Amino acid sequence: MTKDKVFRTLLLGSALLIVLVCEAVFYSLTSGALPAFRSFGFFRFIGSSQWGVVDGSEHYGALPFIMGTLLTSFVALLLCIPFSLPVAFFVGEYYRNTKLASWVGGVVDLLAGIPSIVYGLWGFYAVRPFIVRIGLSQQGFGILTASVVLAIMIIPYAASLSAEFIRMVPQELKEGAYSLGATRAEVLRRIILPSSASGLVSSYILAIGRALGETMAVTMLIGNTNNLPLSLSDTGNTMASVIANQFGEADGFKLSSLIAIGLVLFLITAAINFVGHLIIKRNTL
Amino acid sequence: MKAIRTSIILSMLAGLFLTSCSQKKEITGAGATFPEPYYNLVFKNYTDKTGTNVSYGGVGSGGGIRSLKNEIIDFAGTDVIPGKEDTEGMMPVIYIPTCRGAVVLSYNIPNIDKLRLTADLIAGIYLDSINNWNDASIQVANPVIVLPDLAITPVYRSDGSGTTYNFSQYMSSVSANWKNALGVGKSLNFTDGIAAKGNPGVVGTIANTPGAIGYIGSEYAFSMNVPAAAIMNANSQFIEPTTQAIADDSYPITCTTWIGIYKEQHYAGRSIEQAKNTLDLMQFMLDAETQKSTEAIHYAPVPEADRQNALKALEEVTYDGVRILVKRLKW
Repeated sequence: MTKDKVFRTLLLGSALLIVLVCEAVFYSLTSGALPAFRSFGFFRFIGSSQWGVVDGSEHYGALPFIMGTLLTSFVALLLCIPFSLPVAFFVGEYYRNTKLASWVGGVVDLLAGIPSIVYGLWGFYAVRPFIVRIGLSQQGFGILTASVVLAIMIIPYAASLSAEFIRMVPQELKEGAYSLGATRAEVLRRIILPSSASGLVSSYILAIGRALGETMAVTMLIGNTNNLPLSLSDTGNTMASVIANQFGEADGFKLSSLIAIGLVLFLITAAINFVGHLIIKRNTL
Repeated sequence: MKAIRTSIILSMLAGLFLTSCSQKKEITGAGATFPEPYYNLVFKNYTDKTGTNVSYGGVGSGGGIRSLKNEIIDFAGTDVIPGKEDTEGMMPVIYIPTCRGAVVLSYNIPNIDKLRLTADLIAGIYLDSINNWNDASIQVANPVIVLPDLAITPVYRSDGSGTTYNFSQYMSSVSANWKNALGVGKSLNFTDGIAAKGNPGVVGTIANTPGAIGYIGSEYAFSMNVPAAAIMNANSQFIEPTTQAIADDSYPITCTTWIGIYKEQHYAGRSIEQAKNTLDLMQFMLDAETQKSTEAIHYAPVPEADRQNALKALEEVTYDGVRILVKRLKW
């Protein structure tokens, strides 16, 4: 065998291994979740808001946690747009290729590198007292606090990807518009936004994918109650945080139900990432 | 320059390799977080005296029993002697009481560090029928202080826990409301308040939330310096959770924590030396001197009769069916 062939076989092997690992994760989640699905039924499991942990009358439903995850992630997304979009315009268009832009971009990217436990601590000692002080919540834990911190955590993901798409808008299009007498704001609104729209949407979808699975910071801030959250000041639990909280002492049905929640989270995240990639693909072709 | 760097890296790797290979005596345990501060102290003493390393992972009582079931540890720490369904398929296990502690009600009310509570008040707080500190019923129990207008935030454990079990067992025995609404268990269907993971998590949440109250292992209240309420006992006296009160049982919510080891010590390829070392550690835990050290960090010793019974139980431990206990009184 030539060196090239050996290298190619190695590459194929390690690439296939990753696929295999992904399938193994899916398999072990499914087999672990089976007892829960079998006894409660898949749709009753994801549709029930009862999380009854008392021995003898155990009943597990994942709705409060699915709701908690979706609520925190979408509120985080809403809160992150007003910050990440301007940064993207700033870095990708208005100040592109300047020192200032690369500095701002670098600082925003730095946010992505901060470990989530540090965000959790900051949320616990800074955001939470602030939420209490402005009277939005009695003790400061809850969906809103978790969402605010999540929003900051996903800004770098949304901002740097969006900036990339804004930079990709063809120069000729913009120059054409300027030559017709368009102002910069008009170019932004009529040329850049429409032609990078699908790219922007997909970068926010990928940012949401990141928010869905965030565990540590959320666990420290959301209040960890098993209630179905109905308002922003309610406490709750996300799918990731309930697993982190309760896995240690869980056994039997409870353990199986937690694994089932893990599987549902896996599926939701995979679906959202898939949609994001689909939109990017359509955009770049 | 490059040669120096390479040789430094190589020697560091070699060092790592050598330390991981050296056959140091080691006993491994895992389980309850409630006695962890005490265990850390005792195990360190033991290592100083015998050279045998003891590592203990605070993974929770249930996690400890599960690890013992999987035969990956030498002993499990647990706050509750597990029931039949948790130990199904396990060989017989001997449980040794190691120390006693209390579950205390810690609170965060600005400028107040003496609070008296009854079981009915605690039940009312957790069941949301009492939701402000200036509630008349709390004020009546605390005639010498003026309680502020401050919302009560009850805090409970988000993970399954022996502390929750012991607390709810006491509450169910004295409050019918509690018994009917929440019952006894390692995790309960709390409807009011917020939850945090582990004793440290609950303490941290209380310390940072004005108006909060929560149940925690006594040691955590002392080490974090958060005040703990005096609880009314069966003789209608309000008792503060001091070491003395925990030891003489006048403080009402006390609990014993245990270590479980297999009665037959030959499992998962363990050597007879490992089995003997494990037993030696158990004897050390029950030694009168060691028991005295509980008080230094706010736990209480096991009653003398229980201690003697546990020492007798150790004699029953076998390796391949042969008793192996070597009695020892000095370390």
